[in-house]
Amino acid sequence: MRLRIRRFISQLVLSPSLALVAVFLYGFIGWTVAVSTTASKASPRFDRFVGLEQYVRLFDTPRWNVAFSNMFLFGFLFLVVTIGFGLLIAVLIDQRIRFEGVFRSIVMYPMAMSFVVTGVVWQWLLSPTLGIQSLVAGWGFTGFHIDWLTNPSTVIWALVVAAFWQGCGLAMALFLAGLRGIDEDIWKAAAVDGIPAWRVYLHIVVPMLAPVFLTVIVLQSLAIVRAFDLVVALTNGGPGVSSDLPSVFMFDMAFRRANLGLSAASAVVMLGTVLAILVPYLYVESRERR
Amino acid sequence: MPGTFEPLIPRPRRRIFLRRTERFAARFAVYLCLVIVTGFFLAPLWVLLVTSFKPLDEIRAGGLLDLPIAFTLDPWIKAWGEACIGITCGGLKGYFGNSLMVTVPAVLASVTIGAINGYALSKWPFPGARFVFAAVVAGNFIPYQVILAPLAQTLRITGLFGSIEGLVLIHAIYGIPITTMLFRNFFLSVPDDLIKAARIDGAGFFWILFRVVLPMSPSVIVVAAIIQFTGIWNDYLFAVSFANSQNAPMTVALNNLVNSNFGVREYNVHMAATFIAAIPTLVIYVFLGRFFLRGMAAGAVKG
Repeated sequence: MRLRIRRFISQLVLSPSLALVAVFLYGFIGWTVAVSTTASKASPRFDRFVGLEQYVRLFDTPRWNVAFSNMFLFGFLFLVVTIGFGLLIAVLIDQRIRFEGVFRSIVMYPMAMSFVVTGVVWQWLLSPTLGIQSLVAGWGFTGFHIDWLTNPSTVIWALVVAAFWQGCGLAMALFLAGLRGIDEDIWKAAAVDGIPAWRVYLHIVVPMLAPVFLTVIVLQSLAIVRAFDLVVALTNGGPGVSSDLPSVFMFDMAFRRANLGLSAASAVVMLGTVLAILVPYLYVESRERR
Repeated sequence: MPGTFEPLIPRPRRRIFLRRTERFAARFAVYLCLVIVTGFFLAPLWVLLVTSFKPLDEIRAGGLLDLPIAFTLDPWIKAWGEACIGITCGGLKGYFGNSLMVTVPAVLASVTIGAINGYALSKWPFPGARFVFAAVVAGNFIPYQVILAPLAQTLRITGLFGSIEGLVLIHAIYGIPITTMLFRNFFLSVPDDLIKAARIDGAGFFWILFRVVLPMSPSVIVVAAIIQFTGIWNDYLFAVSFANSQNAPMTVALNNLVNSNFGVREYNVHMAATFIAAIPTLVIYVFLGRFFLRGMAAGAVKG
C-alpha cells in the first residue's frame, strides 16, 4: 500500500490544485459560455435557451459598441506610445550612462503602483482647475488647455497617458534586455564602415529586436483587454460612457443591471479577444522553437 | 514568454569615432533627454507627496509642484484615522488591516501550493505532466471577467460572499497558475541527480522538497512572494466584486474616498490616502527591486 502511494504521490499532491483549476477556471468559463446563450437576468436560467441572441443584442447596444471600439483605440494608442517611448528610453539608458540603475528604477517604479493609485494620481494631475493646466497657466501660458477628463472626444488620452506612466517600465525593461543581447561586433563593424548610430539602430538593431516587439505587443495587449481599475479610478467611464471599456460594461451588466446573459456574452467576447491575440503568438513561438 | 530577465549588466564602453565637441554634444543630449524622462515619471509621485502636506487653501492657490509653505501632518492623520469612506468615518486604518488580512494568508497559501505543484511537475513527472502544466498555465491568460459571475454565485452559495476569507480563498486559487509556472520553470534547472541521490537515501517527496530543493531556491520564493503580494495588494476587480463595505481592502476604500461626490473634496487627504495605499508595494520595490523586475516580467501575463 505504501509503495503504491509513493508511486502516485506526484498525481496525488497535484490533484487538489487540478480540481480547483478545473472547476474555478474551466468549469466557470463553461458556465459563462452557457449563460451567454440564455435569457438570464438577475440569476442564471439555463432553461431559457436563446442561442446567439445575446451576442446580437450585445452588438446592437450602443454602449457596448463604444466600449468595444474604445478598447481598440486605447490599445492602439497605448501600444504606439509605449513601444515608441519604451524603445527610445531603453536606447538612451543603453548609452553607457552614469547612474544607469537610478534611471532604470525611476522609469520602472510606477509598475509597483496599483491602477487605482495610478488613476487617482492622474485624475489629480489632469484636473483643469488644480492640475498641470493651472501650473502651466501660472507660468504665463494661459492659452494652455488639457481638458482630457471633461472632453468625450479626447478622454482616451487620459487613459493612454496614465497607462503609459504605469506600463512603460515593463516595455523599457524588455527592450533594454533585448538591446543587451545584441552582439557587440555589429557595433564595431558599423563603426569601421562609418555608419551613423541612428542608422544602425533603425536598420539593424530594430529588425533584430522583432521578437521583443512581439512580446511587448502581446503582453501589453492582454493588459489592455483586462483594463478595468484604471478606468474606474480615472474617469469612471465618463464623461457619459465615452471612456467605457468592455470590462466595465461586463461588470455593470453583471452586478448592477442584473443582466447576466448580456454580461456573459460580453465576457465571452473579451475571452475571444484574448485568444485572438494569444493563439497566433503561441503558434509563432512554438514554430520558432522547433 | 520571458520567464525571467537576464541580469541587466551594463556593457563595457563602446568606442565611437566622433570629434570631441560632437561627442560632448551627444552625451549632453542623452542626459538631457533622460532628465526629461525622469521628470515625467517622478512628477506624479512628487505632486502626491507635496500635496499631502499642504493645507487646502494652499492647494487651491495653485503651485502644483511647490513645497508646502505651511507644512501640516493633518491630512495624513485624517486619512489614516478620520476620513469618511461611505457612511463610516474611521479613516483608512481598518481597510489597511483588511488588505493585510487578505494579502498575507493568500500569498503564503498560493506560494506554498505553487512550490509543491511546480516541484511535482518538474521533479516527479508522470505521463501527461506536460499537458497538466499547459492546462494550469493557460489560467494565467484568462481575463477574469469570464469567471466573475459564476464565482459570485459560488461565493453566495458557500456563504463566503463579502468576507475576508472569501477573498483569501479566491486569491489563493487564482494564484495557482502563476506560482506553479514560476516554480516549475525554476525547478527544471535543479539537477535531477540530486533528487535521485536523495531518493536512494530513502528520502520522501516532501522531505526532498523542504530539505533539498527549497533551500536551494530562495530567489524564486522571493520572486513568487513579491509578485503575489503586489498583485493581491493592488487587486481591485475581485475586491470590488466580492468584498462587502466593512471587509473592503485598500484599493476599494481609496477609490470610494477619492471618487465620492459628497462634501468638500479634501485633496490633501486624498493624496495622503493614495500614498498610504501605495506604500507597501513601493517599499518592496525599493528594497527588493531586482526580484521585483523578474517577477513583473513573469507576472505580466497574469489576468
